[in-house]
This record gives sequence, C-alpha cells and structure tokens, in this order.
Amino acid sequence: MSDTQETSIRRRDLLALIGTAAGSAAMYRAMTSLGLAAESSYSGPIRLDGDPKGASVLILGGGLAGMVAALELRKAGYRVQVLEYSNRAGGRCWTLRGGDTYTELGGATQRCEFASGLYLNPGPWRIPYHHYGLLDYCKRFHVALEPFLQVNYNAYIHSTKAFDGKPQRYRHVQADFNGYVSELLAKATSQRKLDEVVSREDQEILIQSLRGWGALDDGLAYKASFATSLRRGFDKNPGGGANGPPRISTPFGLSELLHSGMWQNLLQGNNYEMQATLFQPVGGMDMIARAFAKEVSDLIRFNAKVKAIHQDARGVTVAYEDASDPGKPLSATADWCLCTIPLSVLSQIDLNVSAPMQAAIDAVPYSPALKVGLQFKRRFWEQDDGIYGGISYTDLPIRLIGYPCTGYGDAGKAVLLGAYTIFGVPAYEFTSLSPTERVAKALADGSQVHPQYKEEFENGIAVAWHRNPATLGCSGAWTDDTRAKHYANLCAIDGRILLAGEHASYLAGWQEGAILSSLDAIGRLHRRVLAG
Amino acid sequence: MRSPLRLLLPLALASFCGAAVLAHAQSTDLRFANPTRFATQTGETIYADVCQGCHMPDGQGATGAGTYPALAKNPNLSAAGYPVVMVIKGRKGMPPFGSQLTDQQVAAVVNYVRTHFGNDYRDEVTAADALAARK
Repeated sequence: MSDTQETSIRRRDLLALIGTAAGSAAMYRAMTSLGLAAESSYSGPIRLDGDPKGASVLILGGGLAGMVAALELRKAGYRVQVLEYSNRAGGRCWTLRGGDTYTELGGATQRCEFASGLYLNPGPWRIPYHHYGLLDYCKRFHVALEPFLQVNYNAYIHSTKAFDGKPQRYRHVQADFNGYVSELLAKATSQRKLDEVVSREDQEILIQSLRGWGALDDGLAYKASFATSLRRGFDKNPGGGANGPPRISTPFGLSELLHSGMWQNLLQGNNYEMQATLFQPVGGMDMIARAFAKEVSDLIRFNAKVKAIHQDARGVTVAYEDASDPGKPLSATADWCLCTIPLSVLSQIDLNVSAPMQAAIDAVPYSPALKVGLQFKRRFWEQDDGIYGGISYTDLPIRLIGYPCTGYGDAGKAVLLGAYTIFGVPAYEFTSLSPTERVAKALADGSQVHPQYKEEFENGIAVAWHRNPATLGCSGAWTDDTRAKHYANLCAIDGRILLAGEHASYLAGWQEGAILSSLDAIGRLHRRVLAG
Repeated sequence: MRSPLRLLLPLALASFCGAAVLAHAQSTDLRFANPTRFATQTGETIYADVCQGCHMPDGQGATGAGTYPALAKNPNLSAAGYPVVMVIKGRKGMPPFGSQLTDQQVAAVVNYVRTHFGNDYRDEVTAADALAARK
C-alpha cells in the first residue's frame, strides 16, 4: 500500500468519524479545511466562538457587508452600531418599484411609474449557484428564489453591421458557429493536415466527436438538414397529422457569420459566473436586503454621513452628521471599526490609516454601470417573439435587453431591462445624459431589436451609478496591476480599522464578494480581539 | 461608417417622449459613435459627453456621501499639468481616461475647462503636454 493511499484512507475515516459525531455541517467544514471541497471560500455559517468581553464594533455602511457583520458580531456578543448614509438598508442590493422616487447627484429626480408588482434591480440582478455564502443567508432567512435565465436560445443577437441590421436568433448563431467550426476542423483532420499534432488514433475520435458536436453529415459538411435543424430550429416546426412534416432551415453563410461578430455573444453563458443555475429573489433583489434588515435594522443609524474616521490606541471615533439635518457634528465611538464604505467615497474621508492602506483606498476607480428599466403595455417579446426570460444582445450602446424571468404568460404590463452598459465609453456617455434622455436612448436602440417598442412603451427609469449619491459608482474596477500592488494592504487590519465590501474581494461587483469579505474580516477581527 | 438609423435618432426620441426629450444644448451627434474611444473632438463636446456625467453640465460638481469637485472657479486648475494628469491617469474616484482620449482630446477638454465655468487660465496645454503626462 502506497503512502498516498494510506493517507487518503485515513483522511476518509477521519471524515466519517466527524460526520457521525458532529453532523453534516461540521463534516463540510472539516472537508473544506482538508482541501476536499475547496470550490468556495465559504464554509458554512461562521462561528465566532469565545467571549469578546463586551468589545464594541462600529460598522460603517448598511449594505450586505455591513449587515452580515452586524448580524454575526452581535450574535457573538459584541456591542454593535451601524452608520448608513442613505435612508434604507441594503446599499446596492436595491430594487425600484412603482411609487419609488430616486434623486441622483445633480438633483434630477425620477419617480418610478411601474405598475404594481413590476420592478427594476438597478444593481445586482442574478445569483450564481456557487455563491454559497449569499445563498446560505437566503436559505436561513427564507428568501424565496426563482431561476434567472442567462441564456435563451430563442432570444436575439443583433448587430447593426450584419444581416441588414435584422436581429437573429441565438440558436441560429450558436448552431451555425459550432457547425462550421466542427466542419472545418473535421475536414482538416481527415485531410491529414493535423498529423503533426494529433495521433491517427486520436484523429478518428476527434472526427467522430465533431460529427456529433456540429451535426455534420456523412461527408463532414454542416448544411441544411433535419439534423442541423434540430440544433438551429426549423422554418416550420414538426407538427401533427397532415400538417406534420417540418420545413428545415438554412444555415447562414460562414463568412457572413464570422463578419457579423455575433459569435462574441455566445460566450457569456459559458463563463463560470453566468453558468446555469442562476437565481433571483422572487419580487426583487432587495428581498435579501429586507431580510437582513429585519434582523439588524435596530442597530442601524440611517442618514448618517461619515465625515472623519480617527483611531488611536484606545479606540475609533467617527465624526458624522445627519444627512437630512446637516451642519450638526455627531460622533460615534467603538473599540473597533469595520468600514464597508465604497472606496470612491472612503478615499475622500479624513482617515488615519497607514500609508499602504491609504494608497490602496485611493487606487481603485469605480465602474460607471448604467441600467434602464422600461415598462411596456404587454409582453410582446413573449407573445410575438416567443422569448421567455433570458437576454438578447446588441452591438448598440444599450448592450443587451433583459427579459423578465418571472410571470411568464401574464397578459398585463411588464418591465424589461432596456440597457445594461457596464464599462467604457458608452457607459460614460449614457451617464452624461439626463435620465429622460437615457430612457429615450434605450428606447431608440431597443426598437431596432423589437420594433414593438414604439407602440407598447409606457414609462421608464434610468440609474447611472456614477450619479448614485451613496456610492459614486457601481463597483471597484481593479486591474491585475492594482490588485498586485494594493489588494493585500486593503484587506489588512490597520490598527483598529479594517475594511469589507465587494471592493475587498476577488468577486468585484458581486454580492457574494461583499459577504465573503465581511465574513473573512470579522473572523480575523474576532481572533485579534480574543488574542487581546 | 455611421448607420443611417443614427440620423433618425432625434426623430425617434421626439416620437417616444414628446417635447420632454430634446437633445442637450451641448451634446454632439458623435456621442455613442464609437464604443471604445470617445469620438467627439472639441473641448466643449468632450465635456458634454464625458465630464458632465459627474462634474455636472454647469461644472458645479455634486455632493452625496462623497463629492465630485466643482470645476467652476477651481484654483486647482491654475497649474495646467494637474488636470492633464487627472484626465489621463485618474485619482481616487476619478477614472483614468488616457486609453479613451487622444492627446489632442485631452488638451482640448483641459483647455475648455480652464477657460469656462468662471475659470480664466489662458496658458493653453498642447497635445505634446498630454503625451508627456502619459509617461
């Protein structure tokens, strides 16, 4: 018996023992610490064992990172207070519904006119199945989830530069791209052009796999047939009785497909972060914020605008004012401070931390993401186009159209995500417009994909994150270079201050990043406190 | 190559939202013309397409939990090198725009800001200054 086998059997025995003695949660934690379930850095509900002896923590920011910390630290015996700038809990975990008003920086106020039950998630809108921390809190708080569809084969891909600007079905683009790539590779292989890199035996397997993958015919060609129509869809679907025979569809030309650039839009759903299954909370993302707030809102001081954070040997003092009654200095003190304020804001706050941490705080710009919600009189995308949930893509500045992944078949009004522009030039250009102009631009672009927009539009609302008063941006825009230089310094405990939030994670812009960074921070803080 | 549909945009806006939507006085039809670089070239239109998103159309900036500084009557603009570096490299909440603007565009928008919104700094920066600041 080799050493390796011996070790693995012993480890398995140990795990079985732990599992029997302590239940599956302990088993999972043990597995994680032994490196067997290392997929996530989330290892089950945090346990902060040991008496903090009345230590106090002042938490800055009442978003998910702040509320996770408030919840868990109070449970562990800490005295906790939270200061939140806005008048609601949740931060970027936020939903706009009919009757809500939103005033952006610069003073433009929008009133959301959506019908009852309809909403826009201006911030996060989807939860991957492997965001275990967030999903575990949803489970504990009984937040109802439903599937979020990322990939819809019947949604559109649209390019202003291809197919005369006519949107094409995702399934057409995907089947044809896979088919042609398979054909070319299979033919090159069978013509012995890959002899130098693929063995003869492997060539046979490769060709066999490509024939199936690409729906190729016996001559290794990808062309109109029943088999290829089973991938890309039929011009007339198979039916019943006398009307049974289908009419097969004809693939695009290879050159046209390549030049269209539409293949770029096949990638999204293949990314780990977008792979099925994804979820959304039933009724809006802020159901999560509300669930947390139910637990900890008694700890939160709202409308608290932080002006300065000062630490010394004894504790941390935070100067703030009531944003709705400015000018009167207020202050809060604690032994420790967990600061979840976005770096776009924190970099402007008077703060005495070490030079490396200050440099890290100053190093991360925030992305200018923009979302537009559009209400229509009816679900024409379902009724006319057969699109139920998922996303259509376009090369226009709106970038995509997101269909509601709920309420399918409803005969009434519904809301689309009419634009989601995250980075770069179009996002800045959208931000520079007034809210009304942004909605109009989303309509003008979207009507090139769905001409029904003109008839069916009712109202819209636009959130450009650089104009968001609480965050001055969407999420931390790290680069490999800034991560290498600053990330470790940002996450260090600096005297009595430490930071958390999506910006202090490798999950930029994801709620899971906020939660994991917060759990990691309070775990380290707790060990420091116990160490005395 | 611009799509003919772009020319219909003002008409489309009007038909969707009536009189409420009119192109901004300072806006340019080169807005949204290029997804990777800002297409517009003059200081005024670059300001309208990019800067006013945060610094606001009147250059007054804005304040929430944090602040976008007012560019209007801003003494930090007296030394031309400062805004040139800020536009190219960014700092704190200010994103870097060096990869999305040419040297000429950087110079144009800096010169615009330094001579508008109550600023009157007449020493012009040039594309060569912007190029030097990229180092």
